[in-house]
Amino acid sequence: MATRQTSTLARFMMAPSVILLLVWMIVPLAVTLWFSFLQYNPLNPIRDGFIGFSNYALFFKNPAFAASIVNTLVLVLAVLAITIVGGILLALLLDQPMWGQGIVRILVISPFFVMPPVAALVWKNMIMHPGYGVFADIARFFGVQPVDWFADLPLFSIIIIVAWQWLPFATLILLTSLQSLDGEQKEAAEMDGAGFLARFRYLTLPHLARAITVVVLIETIFLLSVYAEILVTTNGGPGYASTNLPFLVYQKALLEFKIGQASAGGIIAVILANIVALFLMRAVGKNLDK
Amino acid sequence: MARAVTNRHKTIVTIAAWIVALLIFFPILYTIVTSFKSEQEAIAGFNLIPSGTLESYTAVEEQSGYFRFFLNSVILSVGSTILALLVAVPAAWSMAFSPTKRTKDILMWMLSTKMMPAVAVLFPIYLIFRDWGLLDSRIGLTVMLMLINLPIVVWMLYTYFREIPGEILEAARMDGATLWGEIVYVLTPMAVPGIASTMLLNIILAWNEAFWTIRLTTINAAPLTAFISSFSSPQGLFWAKLSAASTLAIAPILIMGWFSQKQLVRGLTFGAVK
Repeated sequence: MATRQTSTLARFMMAPSVILLLVWMIVPLAVTLWFSFLQYNPLNPIRDGFIGFSNYALFFKNPAFAASIVNTLVLVLAVLAITIVGGILLALLLDQPMWGQGIVRILVISPFFVMPPVAALVWKNMIMHPGYGVFADIARFFGVQPVDWFADLPLFSIIIIVAWQWLPFATLILLTSLQSLDGEQKEAAEMDGAGFLARFRYLTLPHLARAITVVVLIETIFLLSVYAEILVTTNGGPGYASTNLPFLVYQKALLEFKIGQASAGGIIAVILANIVALFLMRAVGKNLDK
Repeated sequence: MARAVTNRHKTIVTIAAWIVALLIFFPILYTIVTSFKSEQEAIAGFNLIPSGTLESYTAVEEQSGYFRFFLNSVILSVGSTILALLVAVPAAWSMAFSPTKRTKDILMWMLSTKMMPAVAVLFPIYLIFRDWGLLDSRIGLTVMLMLINLPIVVWMLYTYFREIPGEILEAARMDGATLWGEIVYVLTPMAVPGIASTMLLNIILAWNEAFWTIRLTTINAAPLTAFISSFSSPQGLFWAKLSAASTLAIAPILIMGWFSQKQLVRGLTFGAVK
């Protein structure tokens, strides 16, 4: 159906998006790659020059690097585990008939719309503060010494905050998927005497598999680059206890002005994200073929 | 048999669901409650009933010029979304209505740009912004947010446009509609709901973007994300004021979010879950 005229038009209509994204993707990334091979410090311009892979070596040697990689992975995996398990349980609960379902849904989904700095500050000051937070109030009520969350359990505290932000997302997606499960199939299984666990294991879980995959991949993309939550709570500390890879790169680039090393770190972050992206593209791509 | 247990079952489910929902919502609820307390009340221990004072709200505006940040958030999120729509609508349109062999590859490639970690390009972008005098400017940040969300906008629009039946187009053509007439009278009315949903979700995403908006601004172009982050310093421990500022920062987007639950699922899963 597409004549030559319409296909020229189509190309013309697509051009702005494609060109913008092409420039946006290639130019800064190429500059970062270039910087990652340079000895480059804006505060000390005399020592500029090409130094090959030394920045990567320096970055790898930095004890903060290993810590930041471990923290990045722990953060991603822990939040994924909490949100997937919690999301499935919540979705199963919310899928049942109840009074006020609309309001319950609104309450559950709300944390997702809270901007990261607000979420982090609210948890830091009003919930987890060792002196005045709600957790401290509860601890004192039971006669227990309140926990100094961000000093003693910095990464765990950030995991809680980030999980709180992403639990609604997982729940909403899984609930949407659950609602598309064929009601007749469920009833048939029930009639055949399949118990709740059997139905969940052999009917619900396979149906949710695709939604779970999508949640895992999309959350991973965002969780690999958690930043504001760390900035306003622990600032990466104490030491490097809650520094993830993005935060380390930010520190190197804008606080220490070690641009070469920061760029090397950035390239490593890109490689990490690409591994995940590969899987996500496959999952989403399958849907396109349908 | 099933009917007999329904009411008891429903009651139990309702109670359980409400308890869980209120626990999840609690930090937001407590923030809203605290925003109506005085500073002394705010640190006086757990209390869900505020005195109802509005002093924190007036203080936030008077001491830190809250409204300016709010305005920046509105300009940046709405501006970047409109800009993205202008660029994305034609692209999504042509991909949905005259797809070629490469359409799928282009879509996948666009999605892949979304996965580039921001830190990887932090310094180049910082340099470009500095050299072009775009640091702390609304224009620079608007373009930035537009680029970040462009792949999602194209994708969302594409999944909506794809559902518009092609036969309608052919019927219009048979009736002698020109290309322009086709677009204005036939397609636009059918595309508006999809465009509106896309707009809503992207305003939310742009409003909450908390990396570039914090790093590339200082005062003039700083939106609410940057403003709230400035409360993290120890001398910023004024909880009632923090709560008031937070409440104002999240309220508009919370309300928009409630209306966009369905679009959110679709948009953020790139059509993989509907």
